[in-house]
Amino acid sequence: MKPAQNYIELFKDNRALVERGSAGVMNTLRDAALSSLVRYGLPHNGLEEYLHTDVSKWFEPDWGMNLARLDMPVDFAQAFKCSVPNLSTQLYFLANDAFASSDRASKAGLPEGVFAGSIKEAAQNRPELVEKFYGRLADMDKPGIAAINTLFAQDGYILYVPDGVTIEKPLQLITLLSSKVDLMVNRRILVVLGRASQAKLLLCDHALTANNYLTTQVIEVFAGQDSTFELYDLEETHTANLRASELYISQDAGSKVSVDNLTLHNGQTRNTVCVTFDGQGAELSLNGVAITDKSQHVDNMTFVDHRVPDCTSNELFKYVLDESSTGAFAGKVLVREGAQHTSSQQTNRNICLTREARMFTQPQLEIYADDVKCSHGATVGQLDDKALFYMRQRGIPQQEARMMLMLAFVGEVISKVELEPLRDRLYRLVEKRFRGELTQCEGCRACR
Amino acid sequence: MSMLKIENLEAAINGKQILKGINLEVNAGEVHAIMGPNGSGKSTMSNVLVGHPAYEVTGGTATFKGKNLLEMSAEERSHEGLFMSFQYPVEIPGVSMTNFMRTAINEKRKYQGLPPMAPTEFLKFIKEKRDMVKLDAKFMNRSVNEGFSGGEKKRNEIFQMAMLEPSLSILDETDSGLDIDALRIVADGVNRLKSPETSVIVITHYQRLLDYIKPDIVHVLYQGRIIKTAGPQLALELEERGYDWVIKEYEDSLK
Repeated sequence: MKPAQNYIELFKDNRALVERGSAGVMNTLRDAALSSLVRYGLPHNGLEEYLHTDVSKWFEPDWGMNLARLDMPVDFAQAFKCSVPNLSTQLYFLANDAFASSDRASKAGLPEGVFAGSIKEAAQNRPELVEKFYGRLADMDKPGIAAINTLFAQDGYILYVPDGVTIEKPLQLITLLSSKVDLMVNRRILVVLGRASQAKLLLCDHALTANNYLTTQVIEVFAGQDSTFELYDLEETHTANLRASELYISQDAGSKVSVDNLTLHNGQTRNTVCVTFDGQGAELSLNGVAITDKSQHVDNMTFVDHRVPDCTSNELFKYVLDESSTGAFAGKVLVREGAQHTSSQQTNRNICLTREARMFTQPQLEIYADDVKCSHGATVGQLDDKALFYMRQRGIPQQEARMMLMLAFVGEVISKVELEPLRDRLYRLVEKRFRGELTQCEGCRACR
Repeated sequence: MSMLKIENLEAAINGKQILKGINLEVNAGEVHAIMGPNGSGKSTMSNVLVGHPAYEVTGGTATFKGKNLLEMSAEERSHEGLFMSFQYPVEIPGVSMTNFMRTAINEKRKYQGLPPMAPTEFLKFIKEKRDMVKLDAKFMNRSVNEGFSGGEKKRNEIFQMAMLEPSLSILDETDSGLDIDALRIVADGVNRLKSPETSVIVITHYQRLLDYIKPDIVHVLYQGRIIKTAGPQLALELEERGYDWVIKEYEDSLK
């Protein structure tokens, strides 16, 4: 039986339970999600866009889901010590897929009118917000994980920044996977930025226990006119973790969005990023780093849709693959008819450290406008032998020289991180990762 | 005192024999020039001495300051005081000159059982050596050799030589691609680093560099062997008459 069928039946049998534990507005999309799942099933490697990652297989085990919303207590202070010191953030937690109130998640210090917290809570206090934006970007008219996520998601995190408001302090949402049994979680994040507003959001994905996890994640970002948004999505989980994430961004005129997708430790990961330019003069900086070893797998698929003129997109993804790990990158840039003066650059560079490591890269550029500046490039290679020998001749031991070259390689992406304490921290994390010291997530005692 | 003693050294790359029995002795305080036509094995010799992994030593011995050089890794040779100025210095994007030099110096100190150099001391040291080869401070924040002109790259090689204070320096065609001013600065740097305890092997096609770095002994390398060794006047003679007469002399001696 196809795995999708199991979930369709599971939903039908438990619909009342799912809906009882959810915000009402989330229930309004269940029918659409159900028919999408019936129609498309789960994404499998027979589809061009999932050629290198058979996500449907991940759903084959009989995953437990916390549909009854049983309290799964997590002692945050005990379990988690923030791995980004010197970075003063407004801290929030998602325990598995439920928003977790903690002492640290206070609203103090946030500008007036900002809402940051549980979608469920927002649906009660600010129903107009959730109704207007929830599920508007996530695309269920294609195979993907938006359907199954929308079918089962019961809570999540919402950030709303009103017009003209700047949140100076970065917001940090720590998502903790913590369960005594294997668990599937369906996480939902919604970000709405008003006109000329500014915010920074750091997502840290951690697994606290060694159980198997399957996470589906859907993030929707509405970047209003002239708004500025920085999103950092950092995964530090473990080898028994499966993660399928879809990030949808709509950029209005003059907005500036930067996304950094960092996979430092994982099991199997598929990240899909879809950005549409809906207003002129918007800018996107979309970057990613993946560092893998053992049999880890990271697949990033990006789609940038230039549907209006005068927008700029810059993309840089870098992978370092060790042992028998595999990576995939597919980057599609679509410049539609009339999207004149589009400037688009896409680069994907990869290093395979062993003969067993594999990288699949597929840049795609489709242009239907004639006055545009677009380029793309992809390379797969090894560390530069000449540079290695040069360094050794100067007395730098082979291992250290390799480390310096790998750090320099991914450093190009990390140097683009605008949050300085985070940037410094990332250099340290990456160095630790390369030294093999970061076997699981830095900072979680439970992992050690 | 013997700095380097090479006996019957043979080496191959990709199965092709390049060095066919080199004999060479360099004493402390001496400057040796190795000249020879293209493809004679000059670069192979320097690469073999500094332990390039692509070359396979197929016979002979090399003793550096009394130790078996051929048993050491490339980095150990460096720590023991062997330096090569590269014919084509390598660009290393993303690794700053400062970070590169700090790591190199501190790895050497670690090898010598010394603690890392204090940051202020290190900066002072860098400035002193930079001044010697007239290398602007801005290069220190740049990636190693990236975007450097040909002359700047070669000056950077001599700067690194000054920083690492080697006992034996091999200058592999350091003069190639240099204009006369850059050549003077480079040669001046090398001369200032000369001492009775250090030695230099200058590998070059041309007499030009030897006008500035005066050799004590000149060797001609041909088909993987040293076929003639004489005083500094040999370089001048080669400049004037080419290599043919030396080769003929050598071939006649074999008959």
